[in-house]
Amino acid sequence: MVSTLAVALIVCLPILSVLYVALFPEENIWPHLIDTVLPRYIKTTIQLLVGVGLLTFVFGVASAWLISMCRFPGRKLFEWALLLPFAVPAYVIAYVYTDMLEYSGWVQTGLREWFGWQTARDYWFPEIRSLGGAILMLSLVLYPYVYMLSRAAFLEQSESLMMASRSLGCSPWKSFWRVSLPVTRPAIAIGLTLVLLETLNDFGTVDYFAVQTLTRGLFDTWLNMGNIGGAAQIACFMLLFVCFFIWLERRSRARQKHYQPTDRYKSLPRYQLTGGKALAATLFCASLITLGFLTPFCILANYAYQYFEQSFTNDFITHARNSFLLSSLAALATIAIGLILAYARRLNRSRAVRSIVAVSSLGYAMPGAVLAIGVLVPFAAFDNTLDSFLRQHFGFSSGLLLSGTIIAVLFAYVVRFLAVSAGALQAGLDQITPSMDMAAQSLGSRPTAILRRIHIPLLKRSMLTAAIIVFVDCMKELPATLILRPFNFETLATHVHQYAMHELIKESALGALVIVAIGLIPVILLNRSLATTRKGEPLQRL
Amino acid sequence: MKKSFRHLASTLIFGTLLSTSLVPAMAAEQVNIYSFRQPYLMQPILEAFTKETGIKTNVVADGTGILERLKREGLNSPADIVLTVDIGNLSELVKANVAQPVKTETLEQNIPAQYRDPNGIWYGLTVRARNIFVATDRVKPDEIKSYEDLADPKWKGRICTRSGKHPYNVALVASMIAHHGEKEAEQWLRGLKANLAQKPQGADRAQLKALKEGVCDVAIMNSYYYGRMLTEDNPEELAIAKAATMIFPNQEDRGAHVNLSGMALTKSAPNKENAIKLMEYLSKPAAQQLYAQQNSEYPVNPAVEPSGVVASWGDFKADSLPLAEVAKHREAAVRLLDKVDYDG
Repeated sequence: MVSTLAVALIVCLPILSVLYVALFPEENIWPHLIDTVLPRYIKTTIQLLVGVGLLTFVFGVASAWLISMCRFPGRKLFEWALLLPFAVPAYVIAYVYTDMLEYSGWVQTGLREWFGWQTARDYWFPEIRSLGGAILMLSLVLYPYVYMLSRAAFLEQSESLMMASRSLGCSPWKSFWRVSLPVTRPAIAIGLTLVLLETLNDFGTVDYFAVQTLTRGLFDTWLNMGNIGGAAQIACFMLLFVCFFIWLERRSRARQKHYQPTDRYKSLPRYQLTGGKALAATLFCASLITLGFLTPFCILANYAYQYFEQSFTNDFITHARNSFLLSSLAALATIAIGLILAYARRLNRSRAVRSIVAVSSLGYAMPGAVLAIGVLVPFAAFDNTLDSFLRQHFGFSSGLLLSGTIIAVLFAYVVRFLAVSAGALQAGLDQITPSMDMAAQSLGSRPTAILRRIHIPLLKRSMLTAAIIVFVDCMKELPATLILRPFNFETLATHVHQYAMHELIKESALGALVIVAIGLIPVILLNRSLATTRKGEPLQRL
Repeated sequence: MKKSFRHLASTLIFGTLLSTSLVPAMAAEQVNIYSFRQPYLMQPILEAFTKETGIKTNVVADGTGILERLKREGLNSPADIVLTVDIGNLSELVKANVAQPVKTETLEQNIPAQYRDPNGIWYGLTVRARNIFVATDRVKPDEIKSYEDLADPKWKGRICTRSGKHPYNVALVASMIAHHGEKEAEQWLRGLKANLAQKPQGADRAQLKALKEGVCDVAIMNSYYYGRMLTEDNPEELAIAKAATMIFPNQEDRGAHVNLSGMALTKSAPNKENAIKLMEYLSKPAAQQLYAQQNSEYPVNPAVEPSGVVASWGDFKADSLPLAEVAKHREAAVRLLDKVDYDG
């Protein structure tokens, strides 16, 4: 128990550091903000969150339902292809679509040539660099969170419930609304929470689209006004939003516990869609994949091909290796810590444990750059204190032990993405009936043995899902890597960034493409594991 | 399963530790650089430096949080030199008290007083002008001559700029405040905002692209982007650049607003000697030429002629107000941008 608390506290350190920094602003920023831009920042932030929330819900849940409950042309292909957009970082999709759809992009230029229009006044075309554009971009790459989690939940929902609802005469539509949706609500809620947190801390996309969210104000205060304390205060203010989501999510599953009553499963017969319905289902899934993955992928591939010789260097291979290693390590560490926390929460339902687990998940809600400061502050403080202690008492200097090493970067990744693994593992644990624990306990097993021999085997799928999400997220992570990395250390994301920030999208294409491609590996693995579908069916091992 | 998992884990851990230099301070002769400038722009010159002196360079490049990192790492920071791309970075270094003064004959000879800190805390390396660009086929070059003209109502709906909050625009607004005072600068900024063709968006290059496509007739962009578009060997970018005419503003009065890329020695500098060697190296003609040419900028060293395309633009008059003065108004500029809701 003590070790669990220690782990949780260390993980909370960056968040606590940000709170600490917020106590010492260089200057009170709020009167100025309230007088000028704050109302709009808040309004835009809420609009963005609501927009992305609704859109990812529709995209994610609808596609998951179709895939797991219906039969229609292309279903097998879509089942895994729907995960593909997950491999595309939001900032990349934003660059690509802007390049294509802005006034001077090739789509509009082509239209103008075709129809002989002269200026923007001759026709109407949606503005990609807008709130709507940002909502669409973010939703297209974030919906896989909802899809993944709700599909797993739809597949795992108790077969007897579905049978009962069908035998009581529920139409497919009705049994979706009245049985499946309520039962899978916790999983959907976790997916949506992840989506909303990721939306809240996004800076690349909203900055590129000039959408004025709170993150904008945060970076302004920090970088333009040199007021890191004020920036930390805005980050804390944003945490209020987050607390609200987490509260909503907890509430959504507070009054329900459902366990798989037995281990007898039969595969559910899927609804056979025909005619117009089948066509609509196929088109819906196909367009999600086309918009979220195929289009950006093909454009990047084309650019990468054109610029291959300039881009593919030895350095490039090193960057790719760095990314891959760092992300793998982070995924392993995150799963291990996530498991410890989720299990502690199962063993001890006291308020203290629950709140510390909740706080440790907040890293996901902070913009990466702010979290990086949260890592920088305690690490540098630790290094400098140790150094001066050693100098004083032993006459030698240890210098900076942790700051500016990959350990700092790794730690930031773990803190940042812990919410992902903890959430998924918690949901997984919640589905394991406590009677198993009790049985094991009464047979004399200790908690660690129960974890090892019962929970981990049962949790394999949740663990794999979580590991893959974290891995892909780390591959895409940019701001914390930029701030914390050691000398002469680049990842693919930082490599892409140095070009993309100066609108050299073609030069950055190969790097972006590889991020996307590496993101595909886990997507494929994940799919193979999920493709085992329902537990009752023969389990294909990885 | 479990065994292979452990094997995988240990391979990963050792692989990562081996593949990255955990402690950069091992090699004998080296210098450590924190840089705001992109790595691909620095690489050639750092390689040339290593070749000449045998001193290895280690870089953390392109970082947003460099200043905060320096502050927190304090006197144990491994960084020797900070390379910057904007006067804002330089003045923040002074304000945060993380840099130490350097005074050497070479530096003072090579870098004019206007482009260095009076106390020797920072030195400029290259100069870029924040220029006005007009669509060649729609605007006569003498129709607009100064930043002040940008607020003229005749340009209503015809101007494109990137976000006002970008450091380059913040510095421009700060220079307007420095010359005209806050009140007049506010009037000017309101006028400019009223003339915008679209909500500020994209980076500098995007403004010129919009100009070519007819979204607007006037754009603001740093001079080096223009130079690079003309020399990058990319037909699309070239076409965009060719559709525009560049104007050095305020040539009849105070001169064009310029910004600086520069360098400073950190307080902690563990390799101080090497660091000063690098600073001096960067101020000398050979390096100045390469450093400026790499990004189509103007070398600060007056003995060095700007290269090819930049030289072809001819001489221009730069605002002689010291940049350290301009930088003092940066915060006021940010507040003003919020006040007139420039990005809204």
